[in-house]
Amino acid sequence: MIGDFFSSIGSLLSIVFSASFIASGVAFSVVMLLGTVGELITERAGHLNLGVEGMMLLGASMGYYTAVRSSNLFLALLFACIGAGFGALLYAILTVTLRVNQNVAGLALSIFGAGLANALGSKVANTTTPDNIAKVFTWKPLSLTSPSGPFLSYINKAFLSHDIYVYLAVLLAIATTVFLFKTRAGLELRLTGENTAAADASGIKVTRIKYLYIILGGMLCGIGGLYLPLVQQGSWTNNMTAGQGWLVVALVIFVRWHPVKAIAGAYVFGSLTILGFSVQLNEKLSSIPIFNQYIMSMFPYLLTIIVLIAFSSRKKAWPGPKEIGRPYFREER
Amino acid sequence: MFRITKKESFTKAEAIIYRLFGFSVGIIFSGIIIAALGYPVFKTFISLAEGSFGSSIAIRNTISFLIPLSVTALGLSIAFKMRYWNIGGEGQILMGATAAMGVSMVLPSGMPGPLMMLSMLVAGFIGGSIWALIPGFFRINMKTNETLFTLMMNYLAICFVQYLYFELWRDPAKKGFPGIQDIPFRARIPYVSGISLAILAPLIIVLVVYFLIKKTKLGYEIRVVGESEPTAHYAGMNVKKIMFVGVMLSGGIVGVAGAVKLMGSTGTLSSSLGGGAGFTAIVIAWLANLSAPMIVLVSFLIAALEQGAQFIQVRMGVPAAVADIVKGLILMSVLGSEFMLRYKILFGVHTASKKLEERASVDPTMQDSDPESEVVEDSI
Repeated sequence: MIGDFFSSIGSLLSIVFSASFIASGVAFSVVMLLGTVGELITERAGHLNLGVEGMMLLGASMGYYTAVRSSNLFLALLFACIGAGFGALLYAILTVTLRVNQNVAGLALSIFGAGLANALGSKVANTTTPDNIAKVFTWKPLSLTSPSGPFLSYINKAFLSHDIYVYLAVLLAIATTVFLFKTRAGLELRLTGENTAAADASGIKVTRIKYLYIILGGMLCGIGGLYLPLVQQGSWTNNMTAGQGWLVVALVIFVRWHPVKAIAGAYVFGSLTILGFSVQLNEKLSSIPIFNQYIMSMFPYLLTIIVLIAFSSRKKAWPGPKEIGRPYFREER
Repeated sequence: MFRITKKESFTKAEAIIYRLFGFSVGIIFSGIIIAALGYPVFKTFISLAEGSFGSSIAIRNTISFLIPLSVTALGLSIAFKMRYWNIGGEGQILMGATAAMGVSMVLPSGMPGPLMMLSMLVAGFIGGSIWALIPGFFRINMKTNETLFTLMMNYLAICFVQYLYFELWRDPAKKGFPGIQDIPFRARIPYVSGISLAILAPLIIVLVVYFLIKKTKLGYEIRVVGESEPTAHYAGMNVKKIMFVGVMLSGGIVGVAGAVKLMGSTGTLSSSLGGGAGFTAIVIAWLANLSAPMIVLVSFLIAALEQGAQFIQVRMGVPAAVADIVKGLILMSVLGSEFMLRYKILFGVHTASKKLEERASVDPTMQDSDPESEVVEDSI
């Protein structure tokens, strides 16, 4: 019995630490990493945007549609930004200027975004990513040509054999951290989300800041979403984000609004999502209920709930940007 | 330059006019996007209407969309009245249906139909309320953020039902295909002259919720807690208990929506049983300003759009997703139009600030306003 337990733990670890599993975990976390950084800066401005799923789909469909029609990667990225940024703009108009409740506005955006994305995506349903664009992502910029020894080839396979999108996403998360904590603009953003009235009183243009980071955040979600049809799958499927937008909302809490931690967090969530499938191939493991693929797909949400509870039980813990959910109205201060 | 100030009050007529204005803006924007996608605008709208009201089958289908939406929105509205953000409707629908399904599997098959249905409805209520009370417990006792907690509970429920569907409750009679057995025929809600008796659910629950909120002590307490928790506390109310009961009722009614969907239309359980109703209902409740009769009305409109969506796809080859565009844009523009109802724009900085100063000199409370009290000002 105990022997069985240890041998199943052993086979689980051998799955989790295999180079191919890590590699697919990394590839699977790109969408969520970009989305998380985007949603994170939105929330840092004091706005919880529940429309991530909609914005991701908008970016994915507009970008992919443009890619198929124009075979131009730059235009595809641009239109992914425009599509998702448009969704974010609607949300910003509603919540910043018109002071609509943030949760409701976000949910309306996710309904609208998914609708527009699926309607647009169905026009390019039976296409694949143009060859010239697909070629860009077969390039593995960091890959070693002849790794010497087992350790290097393990590292090479797990971490260095990814396309440029992956590394840019990681760089972006790092850059966002520097921006957020080391620059004046980052400070202004954080202050706006923490105490809008104080930011306003100190001469910061709070409305402009909120608009700016809500839209930028939406654009990042869109760029993240675009990875799915353009690179990962190479074709369009309706609702292809399949709930990753909601995982992003969870991730932002899980990483405590910190972009560098989002790199690890997105990897944890990404690999948990695929772990179920990998375990399913191992008969001994998949017969144990807790390693069941459907039970395992609960883990990201359970982890988030645990983090939520853990930080609410500590009196001194920072519960996230304080202005989230509060409409700012200068004349009432 | 302009400034924005709060309106003191608004009339019912104003409310209706501004909402109709918002609705029209939503339709116009939808038209623009439908045209940009290359579909005939007027024909799409006409077919949407025809598909939802054009025939008796269409109306029947619209009603079958209306039932889960309205019951869910009615349930959620109780929590929203307390400013408790129950975003977990989808999960509560599923867990209500799961509990009802579970009960139908263990009850003796010889049980009379009405008794079986009643026990399934009760199970649905319990299933939904337990699922709502898990985050509720942490919100009430530890001030855990309920918006995010209830949101996560949706996905736990979806994963759990998938587990039941593919593993635990998988029906061996389906010969290798995944799926759960159908509920016994006698547990299915009967039809009377073509209309499912499930329509009784929203009709009864709208009365219950209306009566509860407007006429009972609990309803009054729920409203006070929603206006201001400290006030309720100082008035000697047991805020924790009120919130507990409120969350339980809210989740329970949403759970009943799941049970009714199971017994009235799907006949079996799957993770798509909710079909997004839990999310759409949130916006419906908000658009209806949390008024029970309005919720049924708004649900009817949204249900018509969902039914019309199926029609335009089959009839015109326009993707059903177009209806989501219309739905999303109407929701957004009506929500946005509320702004005109609650605020007015004053042009000229000078007059506005002068007016404010005058008011401040008369009204001592304006000089030192409590920041907590305005956090809880928006709708409702």
